[in-house]
Amino acid sequence: MISVVDYGIGNIQAFLNVYKRLNIPARTATTPQALQGASKVILPGVGDFDHAMQRLDESGMRDALDALVLRDRIPVLGICVGMQMLARCSDEGARPGLGWVDGLVRGFKSLPPAASLPLPHMGWNDVLPVAGNRLFDQLDVGARFYFLHSYYFQCNRSEDSAATTTYGAAFSCAVNAGNIFGVQFHPEKSHHWGTRLLQNFAAL
Amino acid sequence: MLRPRITPCLLISKGGLVKTVQFKAPKYVGDPINAVKIFNEKESDELIVLDIDATVNGAEPDFKRIADLAVECRMPLCYGGGIRTAEQVKRIVGLGVEKVAVSSAAVQNPPLISQMAREVGSQSVVIVFDVRKRAGGAVHEVWTHNGTRNTGRLLDEAVAEAESFGAGEIVVNSIDNDGQMKGYDLALAKHVRQITRLPMTVLGGAGSLDDIGRVIEACGVVGVAAGSLFVFKGTYRAVLINYPNQTVKDELVRRFTKPTVQHS
Repeated sequence: MISVVDYGIGNIQAFLNVYKRLNIPARTATTPQALQGASKVILPGVGDFDHAMQRLDESGMRDALDALVLRDRIPVLGICVGMQMLARCSDEGARPGLGWVDGLVRGFKSLPPAASLPLPHMGWNDVLPVAGNRLFDQLDVGARFYFLHSYYFQCNRSEDSAATTTYGAAFSCAVNAGNIFGVQFHPEKSHHWGTRLLQNFAAL
Repeated sequence: MLRPRITPCLLISKGGLVKTVQFKAPKYVGDPINAVKIFNEKESDELIVLDIDATVNGAEPDFKRIADLAVECRMPLCYGGGIRTAEQVKRIVGLGVEKVAVSSAAVQNPPLISQMAREVGSQSVVIVFDVRKRAGGAVHEVWTHNGTRNTGRLLDEAVAEAESFGAGEIVVNSIDNDGQMKGYDLALAKHVRQITRLPMTVLGGAGSLDDIGRVIEACGVVGVAAGSLFVFKGTYRAVLINYPNQTVKDELVRRFTKPTVQHS
């Protein structure tokens, strides 16, 4: 069963709708108990980094998530700010991130020449996955996704970058370290490409 | 490559979908949820839905309706109408809406934009400016309450304020051109592109896909929104929801994009 972590941030229902159309079982989890038995976890997130981290801490699900992801090594997919939360920290806030993927979150304002473009980076952009990543199965040619963000994930280890997008400069729009995945774009709002990606995640 | 966004803009009045001409004479064109379902199938880039009754009636946003729309909508959704507080913005984003459109409240009290951005992040705060050319002049003024109240504020000043208070996007809607289907106010679109670094969406006047192309040609990678074009078909304005497919959109963008110009 795929569990979508509901800590009061992000569009939980959109993920459930996609999986319902795909006939793939998925449910929300609002408590540590509800996370028990999850075989995969989706961590959504929008808005401010510190606010999202604070809400996740207050949800009481941190320890259960750490156990599932770091001990049991079940696949986890962070979305948008949910991906940024995988990092150690963010330029946007003062709180530490989950630290599951070795990297930090930087502002586009500090990335020339993206800094000279309109911000936030908003709209449909091409995504170039690295070869062979199963999250991007059948998405290697012409896939585009919807982005809405002003901060981006900077991997400390280049092998953790699973896909890139160019906005003035190329940046990692997806990360993958072992069982941990993250995408900066919104697959739940990216039509057939996004549906495919969520289907791929379910098939991992 | 980031692509220009081609965005249907739907208006809701008395629970139904309507389309206006110069903000007047709303004509019933169908059921909002049904329209969302059709735009899902057509894979539109985004969707803007504006409740045009709420502010003039002094009513709260209709949260039940917003939840229904958000559940159905499979593309990014921007919702506006009657939004006056940061708390409301937070609640709407919590319902699964990517962007919240604010107009009169933000024009009257620009610092409100900062409060909203603090709650949900700048990227989700969209400020809509309904504008009319000042009589006999070249400048545009911002109007509110469905084009019935002139705030007297100059568009240029209002845009600069929205940007400085942390808006994530602006929508510039020409009241003069609304529903006319004779093309956008390109001079206005170009002017606004030059005075702000924010992502912007241009609305008001589209009568053909080429009209949309001309905005892309003039402004580069921006959002281009249309109402009538995507709900009416033919000279007699028969109601038929339509939207270009991927191939047609890509070809349109290619045809109107100058290779050397990226983001003006």
